[in-house]
Amino acid sequence: MNMEKLELQKIANEVRKGIVTAVHAAKAGHPGGSLSAADLFTYLYFEEMNIDPQNPQKPDRDRFVLSKGHTAPGLYSVLANRGYFPVEDLKTLRHLGSYLQGHPDMKHIPGVDMSSGSLGQGISAAVGMALSAKLSNDSYRVYTLLGDGEIQEGQVWEAAMFAGYRKLDNLVVIVDNNGLQIDGPINEVCSPYPIDKKFEAFNFHVINVADGNDMDQLKAAFDEARATKGMPTAIVMKTVKGKGVSFMENSVGWHGKAPNDEQYAQAMEDLEKAGEALCQK
Amino acid sequence: MSEVKKIATRASYGNALVELGKKHEDVIVLDADLAAATQTGIFKKEFPERHIDCGIAECNMVGIGAGIATTGKVPFVSTFAMFAAGRAFEQVRNSVGYPKLNVKIGATHGGISVGEDGATHQCCEDFALMRSIPGMVVACPSDDIEAKALVEAAYEHKGPVYMRFGRLAVPVINDRPDYKFELGKGIVLREGRDLTIVANGLCVAPALEAAEKLAADGIDAKVINIHTIKPLDEDLIVAAAKETGKIVTVEEHSIIGGLGGAVCECLSEKAPVPVKRIGINDVFGESGPAAALLEKYGLDAEGIYKQIKAFV
Repeated sequence: MNMEKLELQKIANEVRKGIVTAVHAAKAGHPGGSLSAADLFTYLYFEEMNIDPQNPQKPDRDRFVLSKGHTAPGLYSVLANRGYFPVEDLKTLRHLGSYLQGHPDMKHIPGVDMSSGSLGQGISAAVGMALSAKLSNDSYRVYTLLGDGEIQEGQVWEAAMFAGYRKLDNLVVIVDNNGLQIDGPINEVCSPYPIDKKFEAFNFHVINVADGNDMDQLKAAFDEARATKGMPTAIVMKTVKGKGVSFMENSVGWHGKAPNDEQYAQAMEDLEKAGEALCQK
Repeated sequence: MSEVKKIATRASYGNALVELGKKHEDVIVLDADLAAATQTGIFKKEFPERHIDCGIAECNMVGIGAGIATTGKVPFVSTFAMFAAGRAFEQVRNSVGYPKLNVKIGATHGGISVGEDGATHQCCEDFALMRSIPGMVVACPSDDIEAKALVEAAYEHKGPVYMRFGRLAVPVINDRPDYKFELGKGIVLREGRDLTIVANGLCVAPALEAAEKLAADGIDAKVINIHTIKPLDEDLIVAAAKETGKIVTVEEHSIIGGLGGAVCECLSEKAPVPVKRIGINDVFGESGPAAALLEKYGLDAEGIYKQIKAFV
């Protein structure tokens, strides 16, 4: 689409509003890791990926697997904002009878390429998709987003070993390095650091992104990934958990908690202000 | 007496995959460093580019299978039953079962007839595990002919299928012109009035032998081969229960949750009759030659015969 950075930033802000609204309406869910990856979701669905919201199943589409499936509010919000389904439906998140399940459900949600949520499993499915493309010489690319806590799962490294060995250069593994997991900072729970060196050792081309909430840096990283041949790419991006909502930023407590009405109003005020500031640029 | 032809159903699996691969370009076979044992090596020889060795990483293999299935190809994920149903249970549930992806699981080396490897590799819990996943088809063929028919039917079925094959060479018992395989449909192998023996896998042949022994004692046993544990052919089992008044299940699986469990669940609601479950009695197996183990655990013809005699 080749959108301007400012446009992408505005959309990301709308995606954040959708996240906060969905989680508030659900009275449960995971805002922290959804907000940290909101810019990434926006960049992928509005700039990077070959997709068509009018034809979610088109065979040659690029695929995205949300391996850290608990941040479904982020994925749903970007899909809604991209036109896969009404933004209004975000308010039905996690409600009984809603198609917007607590974790991504490919059977019922337009645009969701793989059901996920049990950590460590999404990356394997993404690897399977990338392998399948190679087997039949299809040109689509596959993206998967992992949490930095998620990579404590052994299956992640089984998948990484396979992808590296098979030289799946149509695969991009993104690690949302927001530094926090449920029980605390990742380096105090069971440190996965150094993340970049681990992926390097598994024969990935590794790109460290200093600020994964910055569109320019995301663009540079995905352009480099696209140009990388003969090996899969891992993008390890530093982000701020809860990014965009002042009281949620860098707070472990907002990993999996919904804002009450007062907090919701405050969060939306933060985001309205951020949106206005972007409009004045 | 002519020599009875014997073949292990894992070999049937490998051979059937080759036939399937010739007919359908979308068949992809995955293995986890056991291609020689699961016999997918036969497929690899024929179609090396469509045989994917994932190394010793079964959970990842199941996930890769799921990913491949989303793109329209038909993956046959292959490893020992212990690892397919056991180690990768949650991957099968969440990455295959929940999204109802078209993944076929070829699980070889089921049951105690694995033999010398012993308890760690003798999976007697797979029917129970796989049967508990919504939408999963679970089947265990009795011989070479049925195993090949199962692989073909699994390909034609849209959705996940768990197939259990064995390591031990077993007699070919379905070599007859009117043999017909249909997923979810049991096969009556012998008519009888006094009781019904419901068996699957390598227990079908000794169950038939046991029925002959019972006949010599004046006990007339009906024998049904229930190759598909899920969906269970409830109509056939209920009719047999009403007709013969007693049911015996025979399987190379724990008496908890497998064929015996499924039959009891069905009959307790639809046609309560006395049931005897013959199988592995809630214990782990052990090392030994397969035939000796089957005898020790009461799954040879003599053992089945004795347990049924005690029941009736």
